[in-house]
Amino acid sequence: MKSIVLLGGLLLSSYAFADELKNLQHNINVVWTCIAAFMVFFMQAGFALVELGLTRSKNSINIIMKNLMDFSIGSLLFFFIGYGLMFGKTNGLFGTTDFMLSGITGNDWDYTFIIFQTVFAATAATIVSGAMAERTIFTSYLLYSVVITGLIYPVSGSWAWGSLANGSGWLENLSTGAFIDFAGSTVVHSLGGWLALTGAITIGARKGKYGPHGIVKAIPGHNIPMAALGVFILWFAWFGFNAGSTTVGDGSIGRIAFITNISAVAGAIAAMFTSWIKFKKPDATMSLNGALAGLVSITAGCANVTWFGALIIGLISGIIVTISVLIIDTKLKIDDPVGAISVHGICGAWGTLAVGLFGAEQVLGVGNANTGLFYGGGMNQLISQIIGVVSIAAWALVCGFILFNIIKKVVGLRVTSDEEYIGLDIEEHGLEAYYESK
Amino acid sequence: MKMIVAIIKPSKLNKVKKLLFENNINRFVVDDCYGHSDQPSTFETYRGVEMEFDLQKKIRIQIAVNDDFVDKTVNAILTAGKSGKDAEGKIFVYPIEQCYSIATGESGEQAIG
Repeated sequence: MKSIVLLGGLLLSSYAFADELKNLQHNINVVWTCIAAFMVFFMQAGFALVELGLTRSKNSINIIMKNLMDFSIGSLLFFFIGYGLMFGKTNGLFGTTDFMLSGITGNDWDYTFIIFQTVFAATAATIVSGAMAERTIFTSYLLYSVVITGLIYPVSGSWAWGSLANGSGWLENLSTGAFIDFAGSTVVHSLGGWLALTGAITIGARKGKYGPHGIVKAIPGHNIPMAALGVFILWFAWFGFNAGSTTVGDGSIGRIAFITNISAVAGAIAAMFTSWIKFKKPDATMSLNGALAGLVSITAGCANVTWFGALIIGLISGIIVTISVLIIDTKLKIDDPVGAISVHGICGAWGTLAVGLFGAEQVLGVGNANTGLFYGGGMNQLISQIIGVVSIAAWALVCGFILFNIIKKVVGLRVTSDEEYIGLDIEEHGLEAYYESK
Repeated sequence: MKMIVAIIKPSKLNKVKKLLFENNINRFVVDDCYGHSDQPSTFETYRGVEMEFDLQKKIRIQIAVNDDFVDKTVNAILTAGKSGKDAEGKIFVYPIEQCYSIATGESGEQAIG
């Protein structure tokens, strides 16, 4: 008797109940996306520590200031300008509405979405810092930072992600199928990596890095444990970066976190063995770069490859990153103290292309995207991925070379050689990081 | 009064210290230093680039003693510092012109204590 009454009550309230459930799911989505945004924000700490650890102590304050300010200035720029360029109604190449927060209304999802997208924009910006470390004028770095978060990142971002809000990107409407870059191997990391390449080339190597007669010298970082902590923080934050990009609190979070981790561990292991073979000992900073390479590489396909696909993507990224660091450093003689070009640029491109090979949404039963080449889906998705990778790389390289050369001509890019010798901390900021009695 | 300066291997510091204490030699200064001798260079690899280190880590002990303590001190370091391998270090002995204790204002042999 009691249960009949209860059942009747449930039936009566079922309509209201469905509404409540919808509301609950909405709130779960907001909470999960915010937690993920806070984790991605913490990447700033990871990037700062990696760069600090792999450079000399005399430039530590400069690195902290760069990382603090590219986030701070970048946030405002993205709020007011970048967001509209990336997510406003598009003219075909970039968004033209929603500037100055005009697209953000009282709806709590809008705020959640913009904070999530802001921490992504800041990540793209901060990648460049490491490649130009120990020799860049602070003011020039700030100028660069304004342009990347206010213009370069949001424009190409709108091509791939515009439809997440009010925009519509041309890469999302390719005839061979939409370009897939789930959490930003290319939109965020490769873009940052290619900008880092243009910055490192334009500014030139640190003093003493390359001697006469083709001699390559090491400039050892001052604190490898610090760099290692930075990598672990980045790894932790990456679970937010990838699994948070669902912006939905459901079971896909666990799957994406799992896929992300497989690639990261595979990258670390593969880089360790590659360094072991090449240098006779398992190398710490290369293995750490390998973990990051695995994370960058799986970022594009973390929602639509199988665990096996993730394993292969990660393993290959670990090999690529080690060889790429060596080629860039010793053959091309481009001085990138942290390996940003290899980790973010090259491995970001690899991971994005790999979606065209390993894409398996339909195999996994989680979506309708094209199946990749290795699962019998033909070339279509691979072509879409190539178009996305190449177009965003071209955009980044052209913008980067123009931007850094303008800064070089107008305000200068590089500190004096005396300043470089003494350290940017004292000369640019008037304070040493590690106080010692004098 | 003599100043004894010994350059020893870092791995021998504890043994040397212990033997000095046993011989009632309780006042000395120790610092880290680097030296070059006949030892070969050591090599490290940083991000695939080999680095050569031609200086080795050493420990420098400075002991100011009165003349009747010189032999005891030198023998203690010779005994405890020896490992039977190459490049075990050196001991230098040279005269001290004057010595003052900052705490008591004493000078000469009393100040060395």
